[in-house]
Amino acid sequence: MSTVAETQIKLTPEHDARPSTSVRSRLQDLLPKIVLAPSFAATIVFVYGFILWTIYLSFTNSKTFPSYDITGARAYQRLWRWTFESDPPSSWYTSITNMGIFGFLYIVICLALGLFLAILLDQKIRGEGMLRPIYLYPMALSFIVTGVAWKWFLDPGLGLEQTLHQWGWTSFHFDWIKNKDFVIYTVVIAGVWQASGFVMAMFLAGLRGIDGEIMKAAQIDGATTFQLYRRIVIPLLRPVFLSAFIVLAHLAIKSYDLVVALTSGGPGGSAWLPSNFMYEFTFKRNEMAVGSASAVIMLMTITAIIVPYLYSELREKSR
Amino acid sequence: MSAVTSPARPASSGVRARTLNRIVIYGLLALFAIFYLMPLFVMLVTSLKTMDEIQNGNMLSLPHAPTFEPWIKAWSEVCSGLTCVGMKGYFWNSIKMVVPAVLISTLLGALNGYVLTKWRFRGHTLVFAMMLFACFIPFQSVLLPMATILGSLGRFGVTLQNATGFNFGLGNSTVNLVFVHVVYGLGFTTLFFRNYYEAFPTELVKAAQVDGASFFQIFRRIMLPNSLPIIVVTVIYQFTNIWNDFLFASAYAGSGDVMPMTVALNNVVNTSTGVVEYNVNMAAAMIAALPTLIVYVVAGRYFVRGLMAGAVKG
Repeated sequence: MSTVAETQIKLTPEHDARPSTSVRSRLQDLLPKIVLAPSFAATIVFVYGFILWTIYLSFTNSKTFPSYDITGARAYQRLWRWTFESDPPSSWYTSITNMGIFGFLYIVICLALGLFLAILLDQKIRGEGMLRPIYLYPMALSFIVTGVAWKWFLDPGLGLEQTLHQWGWTSFHFDWIKNKDFVIYTVVIAGVWQASGFVMAMFLAGLRGIDGEIMKAAQIDGATTFQLYRRIVIPLLRPVFLSAFIVLAHLAIKSYDLVVALTSGGPGGSAWLPSNFMYEFTFKRNEMAVGSASAVIMLMTITAIIVPYLYSELREKSR
Repeated sequence: MSAVTSPARPASSGVRARTLNRIVIYGLLALFAIFYLMPLFVMLVTSLKTMDEIQNGNMLSLPHAPTFEPWIKAWSEVCSGLTCVGMKGYFWNSIKMVVPAVLISTLLGALNGYVLTKWRFRGHTLVFAMMLFACFIPFQSVLLPMATILGSLGRFGVTLQNATGFNFGLGNSTVNLVFVHVVYGLGFTTLFFRNYYEAFPTELVKAAQVDGASFFQIFRRIMLPNSLPIIVVTVIYQFTNIWNDFLFASAYAGSGDVMPMTVALNNVVNTSTGVVEYNVNMAAAMIAALPTLIVYVVAGRYFVRGLMAGAVKG
């Protein structure tokens, strides 16, 4: 293919192919942009425009219905005050503390468990083809189904506790799901159950991509299995750690359904995450401005994580 | 990569260590398999038991006399709030929402990916980056404006209904949800197709252009016939996401007979009037889970590929 053809295609396709029908060819030139335009316009309006709208609302005094008089940063001031109201905990304090606990444990346990399972599966296991889908299927379920299943499983009167009592371990006690101090950990359990298999699949794909020669060389040098993984394999998996971290952080901040289905918000809202806070304040407590402000804070948190990542990814691609 | 044992050790203890090693590995793998299967197993056996057996028996035991009664009840009788019409209506609501939303967002994603790779213009990276970022926003940050807009459109629909006898789908919850899912699914579908078409030989497109093929002819005759794998991946990804969505569904179709499956299931499980029938609840949960589970079982490979493509960006 000649270079002339290349520039033609990139800039003005078909211009020279059919010089006689100029209106038609002009239309042809514009066609790609016309096709892309609706999607791009929808993104501009319904994503970026709506974000600006939400930011605007967060600076108003909106209660049940949106009001459009700017009244200053009162909603943020209230959130800021609630941030330090720990005794008794404000809903916002509970939400962000839970976010910290849930986000940290969810990400760390999923990464650790995913890596561990991937390494185990990578030891030339017979039946790997059967095990992999078993670890991964929870990712196909909705958070609502996951929540319903675990709600039953963790219910002290019906699930695990009851079962172990029947088996004779009568002193066994496990009522986290009804305990306001521990309910967030049940969300961690269900969340890890759902996502860790997927993290495993990501790590497994990463492990399969490592050059076997490096491994052989290390073995010949007398490295033990443990050393081999710690010094060579895990450092090589750094990009996978990053991708998995991004996916998990993103899932964690968006988690809303799981808390609703598993705990209905927990005793006295003790299992709330910021996403639940936003929903409740906006749609149930008629505090639209505060709800919007909390949404803006969620958005900024995700942006701080995602934008540098996307930037580096896209730049790497175009290089 | 292979399992590694130290070559320095004497052979016999090496073999024993290796055997022990294997037993530990298989034991751990089996244990985790149980951990992942347990909730599904409990859900399934509970849905096949009678209430008597649930109250007196063990959660993990197999049903003595499996009964499909709870499934039938969940499908056609179970109460969500005060309405007791079963899950079937909500199931169809979900289908009616998922099918158009998946088809439209996939088609638009394919066209966008085609333009962004084969018909590049100045600023194409920025356009793509802006659409890509939209995948990651917490939907809470657009929830309220969208509710306001959908509300106004609904009122406009009533006006139209009065004036012309037809509301053009405005204010219809299913139409609303299709619209919302298409708009907020575009980022992902565009991403999938863009990355796929990036690797597609541009020479073929060029050759077709030289032969005088138009923009749409190239798309229909050259791109689409070669896109089957990525179409499958995208359709599965979108199907799973939209079927499982709860946030949009509860915000824009949160009550009445317009609820999709996920919202209805949540309501059923939290309906506390009368005796709670756990077996029926579990059957309802199974019904909600089945479509995506079937897709996963039938096309698991593509499902994983979609997740991966959604995870490893750029």
